[in-house]
Amino acid sequence: MAARAEDINREDALQGIGCSRKRKEDPRFVQGKGNYVDDIKLPGMLFADLVRSPYPHARVKSINKEKALALPGVHAVLTAEDLKPLNLHWMPTLAGDVQAVLADEKVHMQYQEVAVVIADDRYIAADAVDLVEVEYEPLPVLVDAHKALDPDAPILREDLQDKDNVGQGPRRHPNHIFTWEVGDKEATTRAFDTAEVTVKEEMYYPRVHPSPLETCGCVASFDKVNEHLTVYITSQAPHVVRTVVTLISGIPESKVRIVSPDIGGGFGNKVGVYPGYVTAIVASIVLGRPVKWVEDRMEHLSTTAWARDYWMTGELAADKDGRVKGLRVNVLADHGAFNSHAQPTKWPAGFFSIVTSSYDIPAAQVKVDGVYTNKSPGGVAYRCSFRVTEAIYLIERMMDVLAQKLGIDKAEIRRRNFVKPEQFPYKTALDWELDSGDYHTALDKVLAAVDYQGLRKEQEEKRAKGELMGIGLVTFTEIVGAGPSKSCDILGVGMFDSAEIRVHPTGSVMARMGTITQGQGHQTTYAQIIASELGLSSDQIQIEEGDTDTAPYGLGTYGSRSTPVGGAATAVAARKIRAKAQKIAAHLLEVDENDVEWDIDRFKVKGVPGQEKTMKEIAWAAYNNVPEGMEMGLEAVDYYDPPNFTYPFGTYLCVVDIDKYTGQTHVRRFYALDDCGTRINPMIIDGQIHGGLNEGFAVAMGQELPYDAEGNLLGNTFMDYFIPTFVETPHWETDYTVTPSPHHPLGAKGVAESPHVGSIPCFTAAIVDAFAHLGVTHMDMPHSAYRVWQKLHELGLDKHS
Amino acid sequence: MIPSGFEYHAASSVQDAIRLLTENEDAKILAGGHSLLPMMKLRFAEPAHLVDINGLRELKGIDRDGDVIQIGAMTTENELIASEILQQHCPLLVDAAKLVADPQVRNRGTVGGDVAHGDPGNDHPAVMLALDAEFVIQGPEGERTTPANGFYLGTYWTGLGEDELLTAIRVPVIKTGTGYGYNKLKRKTGDYATAGSPVVLTLDSDVCREIRIGLTNVAPMAIRAEAAEDLLRGQVVTEALIEQAAEQVMAACDPAEDLRGDVEYKTHMAAEMARRSIRDALARARS
Repeated sequence: MAARAEDINREDALQGIGCSRKRKEDPRFVQGKGNYVDDIKLPGMLFADLVRSPYPHARVKSINKEKALALPGVHAVLTAEDLKPLNLHWMPTLAGDVQAVLADEKVHMQYQEVAVVIADDRYIAADAVDLVEVEYEPLPVLVDAHKALDPDAPILREDLQDKDNVGQGPRRHPNHIFTWEVGDKEATTRAFDTAEVTVKEEMYYPRVHPSPLETCGCVASFDKVNEHLTVYITSQAPHVVRTVVTLISGIPESKVRIVSPDIGGGFGNKVGVYPGYVTAIVASIVLGRPVKWVEDRMEHLSTTAWARDYWMTGELAADKDGRVKGLRVNVLADHGAFNSHAQPTKWPAGFFSIVTSSYDIPAAQVKVDGVYTNKSPGGVAYRCSFRVTEAIYLIERMMDVLAQKLGIDKAEIRRRNFVKPEQFPYKTALDWELDSGDYHTALDKVLAAVDYQGLRKEQEEKRAKGELMGIGLVTFTEIVGAGPSKSCDILGVGMFDSAEIRVHPTGSVMARMGTITQGQGHQTTYAQIIASELGLSSDQIQIEEGDTDTAPYGLGTYGSRSTPVGGAATAVAARKIRAKAQKIAAHLLEVDENDVEWDIDRFKVKGVPGQEKTMKEIAWAAYNNVPEGMEMGLEAVDYYDPPNFTYPFGTYLCVVDIDKYTGQTHVRRFYALDDCGTRINPMIIDGQIHGGLNEGFAVAMGQELPYDAEGNLLGNTFMDYFIPTFVETPHWETDYTVTPSPHHPLGAKGVAESPHVGSIPCFTAAIVDAFAHLGVTHMDMPHSAYRVWQKLHELGLDKHS
Repeated sequence: MIPSGFEYHAASSVQDAIRLLTENEDAKILAGGHSLLPMMKLRFAEPAHLVDINGLRELKGIDRDGDVIQIGAMTTENELIASEILQQHCPLLVDAAKLVADPQVRNRGTVGGDVAHGDPGNDHPAVMLALDAEFVIQGPEGERTTPANGFYLGTYWTGLGEDELLTAIRVPVIKTGTGYGYNKLKRKTGDYATAGSPVVLTLDSDVCREIRIGLTNVAPMAIRAEAAEDLLRGQVVTEALIEQAAEQVMAACDPAEDLRGDVEYKTHMAAEMARRSIRDALARARS
């Protein structure tokens, strides 16, 4: 027993996998000692500000810079004409399209970048922006995606007029971007033709913006003597940015340094490259001085990447017992003025085809049409893997619609359709291989925890009294960890990720990864992985990311890929070190390598108590006493190309009460059970889930970027754009099951996005459920009091008796 | 979000502030700054001169003299909330201040600024109408007082002259037999009201002797629902009567559509907030 206690002590001392270790990032953040892009001040630094279009669609007739240039302190005013000789007036997007850096003859959206002003300080720059005179000729505006492909629709992208393909396959109209079709059309048609019951529902997933606390910005600094460019930038993918900079500027990668310092949240918004970055870089190259560009909140909400804007039609074919036989989905995707969709190259609708989710659906078919409109360009995956939020929203809504049609309980219909534990690995009708899952256990655990039957009984009683209470239930499967390079690349670079670990002579560790934390706590969790793998205390392990001069190449952090890909690389690199350490240990103990075994933090000679070498002792020996023929040092690198995605899942339940007279929704209870496989830091997982639920609540209940019919963006400030605070957000109850991924070295699946994906349809489901007895099958988001009241008013429920 | 240039003046006294307002064309008073500065950052407002009155201690503080409470114009929202005098003698103001914006704004934002800015979305104007408050105003010609009723003329348009300064607000003590309520519907912390309604009523053996119903953000300025008041005054207030009053509240509304809602929704919400405030006021008057 004594030995066992001692083992536990040794294991605890490591603060490795499974430990709720406090976040190493927090001391600097809570003391205001973070170092964000806007904190960076370089000698001689100038400031950029952008002239933006007030029109959503117009021809730029002329630009007069004279008055702006005459203002003391103004160094330059650049327009598309100035960028043309450098071929930098347009830039490539991640989706095969191009986006104007500065408007080239036309503007295609309100707030589009038209000119950049460079000045001594931010105030002069803002004054100079007002002095740049731009003459516009307004053109007819296209706002409604449904009218984009009309024969008489205004043509937006004249630059593409003679192209029948914008990188995503054939297109059939000047405003058409792509048609993406997957699935077995014949089998699906057959399922619908022979179905006992079919249901169909149309739903709109609004345009929403991730709106991280820190807006986007950069400091570009070009050294004219050494021709070396350094850019501090708000990027979730600094290595990709370096590749883009090299591709468009011609400066070799070895002379481009991209640094993502502390990042104040990303949520998908900071994956792409924005015109502001490019103009700051060009200005720095032209002027030979550092140039800072940091956008304000209105610019951020108006021009940088938003998410969704999907018009979806779902159809299910089923038998009378509610077993689904077929799924058909049609989507009209509004991508705005440029297709700057964030995606792995071959996936114009991301991983939307995960839409069969947790269910054993034999036949499915998906079609997505992407179109241009005079709105800001996008979209990105807002705290989710590529387009997974939309997919899960659709299937979860459809399962409820089917349950309502058949009069089957909403939990029961899910149970009848789940992929069963013995079916894993399970190939979906749309060609994904779900790695592992146990959906029934998760569902049962939640139903028991909340007393589901009791809630349904209470709901019956409330309905009898004319009160509105709703219960939302969602059972989802995510697809994260992009991704296997055979199917996923960005601009031709496979979506691997990397770790480089160095063990120093005294047993401390420096490790660098190709990912970049924006609040996820990598400095804490990666150290825990290394601690468990190498038997060295995580407090002695330093994690660095985000500087392309020092970190190994990686594709960055989004789509919950850090743990599935970067975490796997970290584990594999650590195991390479441990394999070398084993040889050194055997050498020191003068036994054969196969005669030693690993034990928490040391190698022991099998069957000989006391004959052992700790990892610390081995680290020291690695620098002075290694076996003959072995090179000194103790370090390893791994570039991990995952064999498959990971498929975290969960069951969420939400209970709401609705105020009949104001439309206000009170979320009385929210229970979230997540299964993310092996749990590295339970406290951080809980924090990530709370964050994801808060953002899910924000999207479901209030977030939207609405445009009026003239193409004016409404609500681009925090007065209107909904960022819930502690006051608005519900109390969260979290729970978990553990079904490890069979192919991930640690069995971990990634977690931070599940709560966003799972919670949004859960809120909608709960609100619709409150009206379900009145025949309501769907209500579009956002479920603001105003919107809910409109339904109440329509049904006459808001009348005082 | 960068304001255009302006001249900054720190007033050394109320007289000095009046002088600065008089001598400088296009000058604005800087109180808490929570309405003015955002407008300046958006360049919706570009005053040439700012007259800062934050250093004027004489404009701060809350005092009671018999049945009247005098509140200095530079008293912050948080100071209203913390005031024992108000908690005891005019809790409506405390309740209303708690619903203004968020804690950070309440720490700087002043009751005088809220009252004098003329924004129909501000909470205090309708509260002052319901309380039958009186404003103390200093100008080049000296001091004058004016009732809150009649002060609000339109959006950003009040009875305050360009060279005048609101220095204090006088509200009557709420006595036994008088009840109050303030209900405000807002989308989130920090938002202006979708609709709000402060109500003060006095009962005499359960007959409504006096009632004032204010309405926030459902017209170009803070207003009173006078037809609704007339319907209830002199009556025993029943639910049926409240319903009739709610109809009159809706008739009084003239809101502008925005992302908070359309005219129909805002009108209905004004009625609902008034209903709730009347019920709250009745319950308090009876207790």
